[in-house]
Amino acid sequence: MSTDTIPIKVELAGGLELLFDNEKTLNVDLPAKTEAGDAPNINYLVDYLCVHRMKDTRREMFEINGTVRAGILVLINDADWELEGEGEYELQPKDTILFVSTLHGG
Amino acid sequence: MEKFSLGSENLDLRIRIAELERELAEYRSGTVANSNGHATHAVNEDDEDEEEEDLAPQNQDDKAVRLDLDEFRRYGRQMIMSEVGLDGQLQLKRSKVLLIGAGGLGCPAAAYLAGAGIGTIGIVDHDLVEPSNLHRQIMHTVEKVGQPKVKSIISSLKRINPNPKYIAHNYALTPENSIDTLEKYDLVLDCTDSPQTRYMISDACILLGKPLVSASALRSDGQLVVLNNPPGEGPCYRCVFPRPPPPDSVLSCGEGGVLGPVVGAMGVLMSTEALKVLLSKADKKKRRKPAHLSPDIRPADAKDATKKEETPEPKKFYMTIYSAFSETPFRTIRMFGKRKTCQACSPVATITKESMKNGSLDYVAFCGGKGSGKYPPLRKDEIINVEEYNKLRENKEGGILIDVRDDIQFGMCALENSINVPITTILTLPIAPENDGTDGGERTPIPIPSWLPRDASIPIYFICRLGNDSRIAVQRLKKSGLVKGNVIKDIKGGLWEWSRKVDKSFPLY
Repeated sequence: MSTDTIPIKVELAGGLELLFDNEKTLNVDLPAKTEAGDAPNINYLVDYLCVHRMKDTRREMFEINGTVRAGILVLINDADWELEGEGEYELQPKDTILFVSTLHGG
Repeated sequence: MEKFSLGSENLDLRIRIAELERELAEYRSGTVANSNGHATHAVNEDDEDEEEEDLAPQNQDDKAVRLDLDEFRRYGRQMIMSEVGLDGQLQLKRSKVLLIGAGGLGCPAAAYLAGAGIGTIGIVDHDLVEPSNLHRQIMHTVEKVGQPKVKSIISSLKRINPNPKYIAHNYALTPENSIDTLEKYDLVLDCTDSPQTRYMISDACILLGKPLVSASALRSDGQLVVLNNPPGEGPCYRCVFPRPPPPDSVLSCGEGGVLGPVVGAMGVLMSTEALKVLLSKADKKKRRKPAHLSPDIRPADAKDATKKEETPEPKKFYMTIYSAFSETPFRTIRMFGKRKTCQACSPVATITKESMKNGSLDYVAFCGGKGSGKYPPLRKDEIINVEEYNKLRENKEGGILIDVRDDIQFGMCALENSINVPITTILTLPIAPENDGTDGGERTPIPIPSWLPRDASIPIYFICRLGNDSRIAVQRLKKSGLVKGNVIKDIKGGLWEWSRKVDKSFPLY
């Protein structure tokens, strides 16, 4: 049981891929239970990505105060995460989580 | 399959054309009466320099708006669409649209809106046309370099369509002037390039009840959203992004780069959204119906059918994101909508017209200052200017020259004997623990990267494009504690200064 994982797809856009060695898509297998024994949620995923997948050391470009920094939209299967419970949303197998940095150029 | 649909489409079009021709005949009298008004719209090649600042003398009084024969010809291809029609075209002609920014988004957006026959088009920009604009800002041309962008874009737009009234706002939009500038328009397009202007424009649109089409682009990505639409119902920019991004994370097109057609596509999409917003106000009820559908002979059950359609459904709000190099470049994502605690558009909003007009709202500060804290200050002995460094090089005392631009830019042009260590790599250097006097005891030695000199007598110089990242590099290398005793300096102003003051043959970009 403890080896169970939740396979999800993480997509990065708007320049966030630069923090992940220019990878726009990551296949991530999250543990089905976190160390605290909870089901992994978005906030857990954010930390997991910082620790395991991010190549850039500037963690603050992605995570601040236990969740994504301001200026990053999080989309759970193409819907704003605020429609799904934000950081508390518990990840389901085959979810696609898209992190998009807001752009300002024009 | 094709034949069938073409056949029926053909018939539809014939009906539409017949209908328009009949309407044309009816309007003809009005056209004649109105011919004086239209004469003032004719483009005069000599008055391109003229900057119209006043919106007041409108010869387009709502009810007086008519189309002349040339306009039927010019707009016919879009008028025969059921989404437009004569009522739609008249609505466009009555409309006043403001584009803020005459750059990569504003140029294509303005071109299509001018082409579509918007009655009044205002453009705000305080910049001058630069050569680096031309790859994407398609209304500006080589001979316009150095001219104000508003003047350049309006002269190009007049060549596409002389009919609209064009208004040049050749100044930067500020909290103080934004209300007065936006007030006279029906719809606003945010084609700017910084977070602070985006919040400011959104706030002004909320206070004035104007819908706002907002888009942005960087590198190969774009985003598009229609805000405050319909006014009071749709979310505003603050609802979507309640907190501004940290200034360190904000990149302009100049810093991050941008692909011309990517920003162009976003600008074109903005013009489509603008037309949709404007056309939704057209009074389609006045449209003449084919005889078999005219109300007096409509079968009784027809009315019930239309009633059933009117089940109110809460409006959903979407954002379109474009990622040119992705497998699925276009995606539409569903947004949360209006925020109950929004500072600008909720019942508990604190932002007012007064607070904008009197300048008490500081958008630059709200967004964390203009790159404040982005680039660390250096001591005098940590900086060397390009001339001094050139002398050292000539005396073969140039030490190690580290260019911290990314490998793409390094591959474009680089100084001889410089080595490339991108700033992103420098930022992965470990940070040495602070020396607090107590001996750290067992400490695993950190491997020194191969590109750093082992010899403390070799000076290390950092350079980049403009002299910003190289400052970060100086500070970061010092913090790493990996080099002891070496001179570490930033070459002030970077390759840009080098090209201007030392070697004019070095490419500026």
